[in-house]
Amino acid sequence: MATDETFPLDPPRPRALPVPPPIGETAPARRILIGAAIGFLALVLALPLAGVFTEGLRKGLGAYLAAFADEDALAAIRLTLLVAAISVPANLVFGVAAAWAITRFSFPGKSALITLIDLPFSVSPVVSGLVFVLLFGANGLVGPWLAAHGLKVIFAVPGLVLATIFVTLPFVARELIPIMQAQGSADEEAALTLGADGWTIFRRVTLPNIKWGLLYGVLLCNARAMGEFGAVSVVSGHIRGLTNTMPLQVEILYNEYDFVGAFAMASVLAALALVTLVLETILEWRHGDELARSARH
Amino acid sequence: MDIRIRGLAKDFGDFPALHGLDLDIRSGELLALLGPSGSGKTTLLRVLAGLEQPTEGRVFFGEEDASETPVRERRVGFVFQHYALFRHMTVADNIAFGLTCKPKSERPSGAEIKRRVEELLELVQLPTLAKRFPSQLSGGQRQRVALARALAVSPRVLFLDEPFGALDAQVRKDLRKWLRDIHDRTGTTTVFVTHDQDEALELADRVVVLNKGRIEQIGTPDEIYDAPASPFVFDFIGDASRIPVTVEHGRVAIGGTRLDLGVDALGAGPATLFMRPQHWRLGDRTGGLPATVVATRRHGTARRLDVTFDGGTSVEIDLAPEIGVSAGDRLTLAPTRWRIFFEDGRSIGGAHAEIGSEVRAVG
Repeated sequence: MATDETFPLDPPRPRALPVPPPIGETAPARRILIGAAIGFLALVLALPLAGVFTEGLRKGLGAYLAAFADEDALAAIRLTLLVAAISVPANLVFGVAAAWAITRFSFPGKSALITLIDLPFSVSPVVSGLVFVLLFGANGLVGPWLAAHGLKVIFAVPGLVLATIFVTLPFVARELIPIMQAQGSADEEAALTLGADGWTIFRRVTLPNIKWGLLYGVLLCNARAMGEFGAVSVVSGHIRGLTNTMPLQVEILYNEYDFVGAFAMASVLAALALVTLVLETILEWRHGDELARSARH
Repeated sequence: MDIRIRGLAKDFGDFPALHGLDLDIRSGELLALLGPSGSGKTTLLRVLAGLEQPTEGRVFFGEEDASETPVRERRVGFVFQHYALFRHMTVADNIAFGLTCKPKSERPSGAEIKRRVEELLELVQLPTLAKRFPSQLSGGQRQRVALARALAVSPRVLFLDEPFGALDAQVRKDLRKWLRDIHDRTGTTTVFVTHDQDEALELADRVVVLNKGRIEQIGTPDEIYDAPASPFVFDFIGDASRIPVTVEHGRVAIGGTRLDLGVDALGAGPATLFMRPQHWRLGDRTGGLPATVVATRRHGTARRLDVTFDGGTSVEIDLAPEIGVSAGDRLTLAPTRWRIFFEDGRSIGGAHAEIGSEVRAVG
């Protein structure tokens, strides 16, 4: 970090002659840049976040808490937790398997697979949702067959889970691939020569090596799974108490001018985001060397 | 455990890393696989350990055909250049890993494992570090732990891939001596890969020199150093100068000067004289090559001179530092040990003539 301070061990130096850092800007330029960055952050991040909590609490703590007594609100929270509880473990397993396959084997179509994993990042979530409607909807490819067997995917929990899995698919794999690439396979080979079988190697060597990166990926995946709106909105059908997740519930309440209810619900999501952020920071601080993201900094 | 390798080939896609090697490794010996990068030495080691599958050929451990045996069942130890210690385990747990992986029926008791770990820590001279994590150890200490971990499962053969490659010079020297000592005490057949000729010559009982996936020479360090079998080995082991010569009637013509090397049974024609800097002496006027000193510099215990023969060829020579010479001086030089490789137009690499390696006074 560039500052005007001289190093404490340096001999005293006239303050009027600060030594500019090698790639430094002049002091005014530095102040303007830092000021602009902080100001922008305050305007588009801190202020709205504070707004969520103040709006939620505008009519007092009682009204805030009452918003959670509503049956539909509780159903939305339960549904969000359920969807995350299914889609996050699913993507954890997929992410580990994909990262393993990509970093340990060479096979035809490997680079295509890497590109495909990134697809959910580049496709608009609404489009992702529509794809599932096209597939499983009443007039979709497999929709009629499913309906004939009494299975409901679209406008039901399975659809929400599928859409969420799709949208959050890259997080774990994307976090693990660079870590596992950097670590190489020497540890696993060493375990192999020592007589360990595949499961033992995974449990006692691979998993401990990637655990912090895995946790990091799962955190991001979970935050997105709970906060996802676009894709989920398309497949949900907005049936109160049945297929409304928290973000969808926020929208409904807001459109009904129930601002306290909407912002109370939103504050839970915001709090989740803050918790995720804190955990991420702790992870980066304690185990930064084992995380792909900080290694790329 | 003696190992026999027959017709071993390994291709990586279109790239042939090993071309049909035959090699016998004797039980209990310390063998070095020496070669430049890309020579296939690490590939050979990994194929022997079972970490790579050969494209063709067989590997026998004693009488057993190990070609189809998976790594896990080969009972070999492998030490990696970058240690590959399990970073989340203590030193003791690292060493115990192989023992704890054994199936229940063969697994020693907890107390037995503890005793074995202590014994191995003693062997690698790190008895006080059992509770440390790999990140708290120096590079040299890590490699000792890696060796102890490999030895814990009583391997039939020990393979080391550039074991000292990541360490600095002094530690490397200490560990060489230490590895030799451990080998002599345990008697485990050991194969190690290195690109460092000093390491190979100092440490190994026998050295296999590899180049471009082929074996150039197999021999004791003395044989490799004193009687290189090919121009490649001569160049790769120690310093070497190549001097183009013409051989006629047992005489060697360098530029315009003829040297009587007293060899009758030589072929005739163009050839290359290979010389080491330390194998020159100052000759008299009648029996040497007139040369001019271009530059001098200190080189270890010797004084190294860049000299140019009157014919135009430049070589490096080492003289005792007491001999006062400086740039511009005229010298007459005679070879004490030398080697000629003929260039036979029809075969790549050329045929070579076997010349007695005894030191000869020159004419």
